[in-house]
Amino acid sequence: MAYLDNIFFVILLALGGGYFAMNVKKLIRNIKLGRDINRTDNPSARWHNMALIALGQSKMVRRPVAGILHIFVYVGFVIINIEVLEIVIDGIFGTHRVFSFLGGFYSFLIGSFEILALLVIVAVVTFLIRRNIVKLKRFIHSDLKGWPKSDANYILYIETVLMVFFLVMNAADYHLQLLGFGDYHHAGAFPISQFIQPIFNGMDSGVVMMIERAVWWMHIIGILFFLNYLYYSKHLHILLAFPNTWYADLNPKGQFDNLESVTNEVKLMMDPNADPFAAAPPADENAVPQKFGAQDVQDLNWVQLMNAYTCTECGRCTSSCPANITGKKLSPRKIMMDTRDRLEEVGRNIDANKGVFVPDNKTLLNDYITPEELWACTSCNACVEECPVNISPLSIIIDMRRYLVMEQSAAPMSLNAMMTNVENNGAPWQYSQQDRLNWKNEN
Amino acid sequence: MENLTVPTMAEMLATGQQPEVLFWVGCAGSFDDRAKKITKAFVRILNRAGVSFAVLGTEESCTGDPAKRAGNEFLFQMQAMMNIEVLNAYEAKKIVTACPHCFNTLKNEYPQLGGQYEVIHHTQFLKSLLDEGRLTIEGGQFKGKKITFHDPCYLGRANNIYEAPRDLIEKLDAELVEMKRSKANGLCCGAGGAQMFKDAEPGNKEVNIERTEDALETQPQIIAAACPFCNTMMTDGVKAKEREADVKVMDVAELIANAQDL
Repeated sequence: MAYLDNIFFVILLALGGGYFAMNVKKLIRNIKLGRDINRTDNPSARWHNMALIALGQSKMVRRPVAGILHIFVYVGFVIINIEVLEIVIDGIFGTHRVFSFLGGFYSFLIGSFEILALLVIVAVVTFLIRRNIVKLKRFIHSDLKGWPKSDANYILYIETVLMVFFLVMNAADYHLQLLGFGDYHHAGAFPISQFIQPIFNGMDSGVVMMIERAVWWMHIIGILFFLNYLYYSKHLHILLAFPNTWYADLNPKGQFDNLESVTNEVKLMMDPNADPFAAAPPADENAVPQKFGAQDVQDLNWVQLMNAYTCTECGRCTSSCPANITGKKLSPRKIMMDTRDRLEEVGRNIDANKGVFVPDNKTLLNDYITPEELWACTSCNACVEECPVNISPLSIIIDMRRYLVMEQSAAPMSLNAMMTNVENNGAPWQYSQQDRLNWKNEN
Repeated sequence: MENLTVPTMAEMLATGQQPEVLFWVGCAGSFDDRAKKITKAFVRILNRAGVSFAVLGTEESCTGDPAKRAGNEFLFQMQAMMNIEVLNAYEAKKIVTACPHCFNTLKNEYPQLGGQYEVIHHTQFLKSLLDEGRLTIEGGQFKGKKITFHDPCYLGRANNIYEAPRDLIEKLDAELVEMKRSKANGLCCGAGGAQMFKDAEPGNKEVNIERTEDALETQPQIIAAACPFCNTMMTDGVKAKEREADVKVMDVAELIANAQDL
């Protein structure tokens, strides 16, 4: 019987960890549905980006209020998780505050965790106020109707509750330490929870111990729940921000990729020695001809799909998008959310059909993202510049335009006229190439 | 008729010369009435500074930028490869252009297709002429004037060039005032991504009006631009706001040429 707690704890840990691992596997499989792209060049610049942007939060602080509060939550979250390590060891081996042998350093750690926990609560409450009372425009935007809005609030509630559990746990512990009750030896410093401790005065020590144990359990159960909540939530960014910044495009933002499949065709077209009647090289029978551009999530590359899972729907992109600011349908955030939603749908389809995708007569284009949204983009890169974790909604927009134009010839009429001009007379307007130097002699 | 010296690469080659720099005029700079004035202003400065340059003239063709941004990768790459053939035949090494769209495409998207050149924007080139002492700028008519600079997306965010145009404006002894959204946070004029060649999608405002309001908020006498398309959009915006009598939209090259009475 003595080991019941420990056994229960190990089972809980295994379930929580196992279910999370299963979802991570699914996540990786879904991301790998994307086309291959090589993003491993220049690793030193990539590490630098990851250190600066993900670890260092450099793009977050461009909006100082949200940025600094976010750093509280981020640092708090990362550092307080050191405490989780102790909880896990205590849980498995039935010890109590196993790291307390560190003495003064332990007190310093616990003391800083407490201060951070308070800062996290302050930040999270401010975030809740910004979303629900101040109602910042980007948080009440139509993109967030339904689940995304609740998701954002749930995350903030859970974080508050976890921090409150942590502080109450320490307060009860501290109370018992003061009484020298049972195993509760002196360990740690409690700069914040010492103010909660008096509520236990006069309470039966056994009851306080029950409270301490209960909050200890709820704290770790809460953490395991939160871990498993990630996969279903925009909160995945806490993990994916790191690979996302590492694999982000390093080229100048104005540089769009040149489609290699097109290069081959154009070279063939322009090669005077090419035999136009030559048979095409024997193709692999099972090879699916590659589409030009993107119609569905499988036509995007895996970095774009990872971008979609990384997006935490903060809406900085949309709030700086010239099209969105002027009332057009385009919202770069929605592009990312739609991509993730469709990718999840494709993933569920694969799960339901024994590992094979069965066409469902739906595509990212039209069923999620409309041509009207795509054609509103000015390719100004404001969304890419704004994204705190280097997501590129623009690259998805351009890939989908490519599909519309090259596979469906579905460009707006005026753009077709422009392209005809470029093709026929080398300028987007109807002027002859022979007149290109006329300006020299005009007044 | 004014006396502009504008040699072509073909003429240069015929006399066995290689210019210091090839001036890529671009479609707007060649055909658009407003942009042609920018082209000429830039040429006047080049002539004054004694820069050996040449244009492709009738051998120049659209870089393919609007086709690429519209999604027509085929047309873009055809244009690119034809232009690269011409540029490589003339052994072009250094290219300057007054259009950020041409600049971005030539600089970033041509190398992979076989076109490797040193590509610079005209504001960078003018800045280097200044630094090398080949060009001197005096404030002239712009001394003390309030000038705000609109960052072209394809110069600024796309290629991180924010300072060259500003340095030039400051050399005019003008008062450079920044808009609330500037540099990396600059708002687009609304022309990029091939929008120039189509109607805007349904919305409640035109992008160029939103941007012109940013500019007018700074109470400028001049809105400086560094892109022929931004120039058009901002000029239209100023007209829509009925402010064309007191606010001028001018390219940085025009500011410098006018300051020198060129």
